[in-house]
Amino acid sequence: MSNPTDAAPRPEPWTVAIAGGGIAGLSLALALKSALPDAVDVILFDPALSRDPRGDRRAYAVAAAARRMFTALGVWEAVSGGEQPILDMVVTDSRLGDVVRPVFLTFEGDAGTGEPFAHMVESGALVATLLDACRAAGVRLETGSVRGYQADGPCVRVDAGDGAPIKAHLLVAADGGRSRLRGEAGIGWVGWSYPQSGIVATIGHERDHEGRAVEHFLPSGPFAILPLAPGGALGHRSSIVWTERNEVVPHMLALSPEDALAEIERRFGLQLGRLALETPLRAYPLSFGIARDFVAPRLALLGDAAHVIHPIAGQGLNLGLKDVASLAEAVVDAARLGMDPGGADVLETYQRARRFDTLAMGVVTDGLNRLFSNDATPIRLVRDLGLGLVDRLPVLKRFFIREAAGMSPSTPRLMRGEVL
Amino acid sequence: MQERSSTIDPAEVARFERLARDWWDPKGPMKPLHKFNPVRLGYVREGACRAFARDPRAARPLEGLSILDVGCGGGVLSEPLARLGARVVGLDPAPTNIAVARTHAEAAGVAVDYRTQTVEAVVEAGERFDVVLAMEVVEHVPDVPAFVRACCAGVAPGGFLVLATINRTMRAFALAIVGAEYVLGWLPRGTHDWSRFVTPEELEDAVAAGGLTVAETPGVTYNPLADRWALSRDTAVNYMMLARRGPAEAA
Repeated sequence: MSNPTDAAPRPEPWTVAIAGGGIAGLSLALALKSALPDAVDVILFDPALSRDPRGDRRAYAVAAAARRMFTALGVWEAVSGGEQPILDMVVTDSRLGDVVRPVFLTFEGDAGTGEPFAHMVESGALVATLLDACRAAGVRLETGSVRGYQADGPCVRVDAGDGAPIKAHLLVAADGGRSRLRGEAGIGWVGWSYPQSGIVATIGHERDHEGRAVEHFLPSGPFAILPLAPGGALGHRSSIVWTERNEVVPHMLALSPEDALAEIERRFGLQLGRLALETPLRAYPLSFGIARDFVAPRLALLGDAAHVIHPIAGQGLNLGLKDVASLAEAVVDAARLGMDPGGADVLETYQRARRFDTLAMGVVTDGLNRLFSNDATPIRLVRDLGLGLVDRLPVLKRFFIREAAGMSPSTPRLMRGEVL
Repeated sequence: MQERSSTIDPAEVARFERLARDWWDPKGPMKPLHKFNPVRLGYVREGACRAFARDPRAARPLEGLSILDVGCGGGVLSEPLARLGARVVGLDPAPTNIAVARTHAEAAGVAVDYRTQTVEAVVEAGERFDVVLAMEVVEHVPDVPAFVRACCAGVAPGGFLVLATINRTMRAFALAIVGAEYVLGWLPRGTHDWSRFVTPEELEDAVAAGGLTVAETPGVTYNPLADRWALSRDTAVNYMMLARRGPAEAA
């Protein structure tokens, strides 16, 4: 204009490398690339990218706040059709032999914001949708696996197998609960294993679940029935998450389909009519753990790499998606000011937003599991009284509803459904 | 900086690289400046997007605009503005600062025109800019009216000036000098001299004498819970002032 200089050469765009293509890693890649299409290159590494994700029938409860983020990212439309809203939720406290399972806690189906408090979504469908959206947005998808990294002042060199290391400004470890990068960074982990595993399967049934989620607190641990969208041989389907003591699990997995179904029926109940096993049983060991730090120079931990919690309240994925919303917001805000998106101040903002919240959820779910995975009469008595109290003085209820709704003042913009 | 002989002293280069790391480390000696940076960068970006009808979400919203950053230090304001597309000239009287800023910009691949010139010299040479910035500088200059006049003269028609400084109030004394320098140790002792702090009224007079019209004077306050600075209406300590030059006026 008034100062005639040649047009300045364009600096190289910022580069964000993401290790791990699970739901959290893919969501972050999409959030960054769609908000900053020209200012940021996003590279995501995962050997699993070479496989078709659609086979994965595991189902997740996506809370209202996370659903809003998927809507803002433009992927919810594509998932819908396969999703099932949870319209209400019933919690019972019972032993296997109990004929009548006393209902102690009911959740009405909306998050207080006129939208269902959660939706059940199949993992494979969600991952496939996210992958398509990432590809369309221009995320670089690589099938290599990140083996290590070296933070060096203003950048980080990412070693992804063959070839020269890739230079980035921020590396995100979305590489799961046993994160290799977390170990490389020397970040400590506080946690323990539960003597329980989660057995997961899809169950077909004759009658409509009417969008109701049921959680039976059995002595071996919670048994959750989560409604899925219609389908399967019997017309209706639910996903079960069956928490069982580790010593019993191998026996359950070795059962013939008929015997396995009989065991499930004892727990599931007969309210939905005849049952069918639609997928084989799969077991996942349960643990609780939280990283001492969520960040290191040029590195951010995301999702399970930062925290693994008990699935009792179905909050593991939702916590990871909150990480996504917070990290995306910090990175996008910095880059839009021309500032380094992998700088220590950006990482600090992310850690400040997530660490305390994660610990709070971890402690609540751990406490719930300890309270309920127990058959000692005094404890049953106390907790039965306790659950009744909870229903009358709904502190816990409010905690989960508030978490699901994600409407506190510190809620990141994506979780309010705003576009970054 | 001053002309050096054609040979480059590697020890000097290494020293500037070390200093640049310090300057640019958000947790290093310049931490308070880094904490302050997002709010002032955001303010300049928003001001420019409003004045020149740009989209703040674009990758390079300041593309083609010229910016003069008076008192640029190690370049923590100049370089991000250049990344947002502006052609930036950064001025600092200290050759070390200019060397630090150049070292960092080169490593980052960002083009900024850093000079040890004074704003008076730049203006005298006839250069004009869409945006002139003097952030955290006014409180360090001996003759405020003369300095502000030179800054105003550098603003092209339709452009604007942003000044950021500290008010001369008892609270500013308590916070900026006793608090930030002596108690918290955020800033080296002797960074500020209270008698040089400038009230918004004095600054407004100086800006008016320079032919610009003050559009707004927001306060900038620190929220210790969020550990973040934000715009506010409280101008008792830190404040900024945005003043425009009309489009029809001769520069």
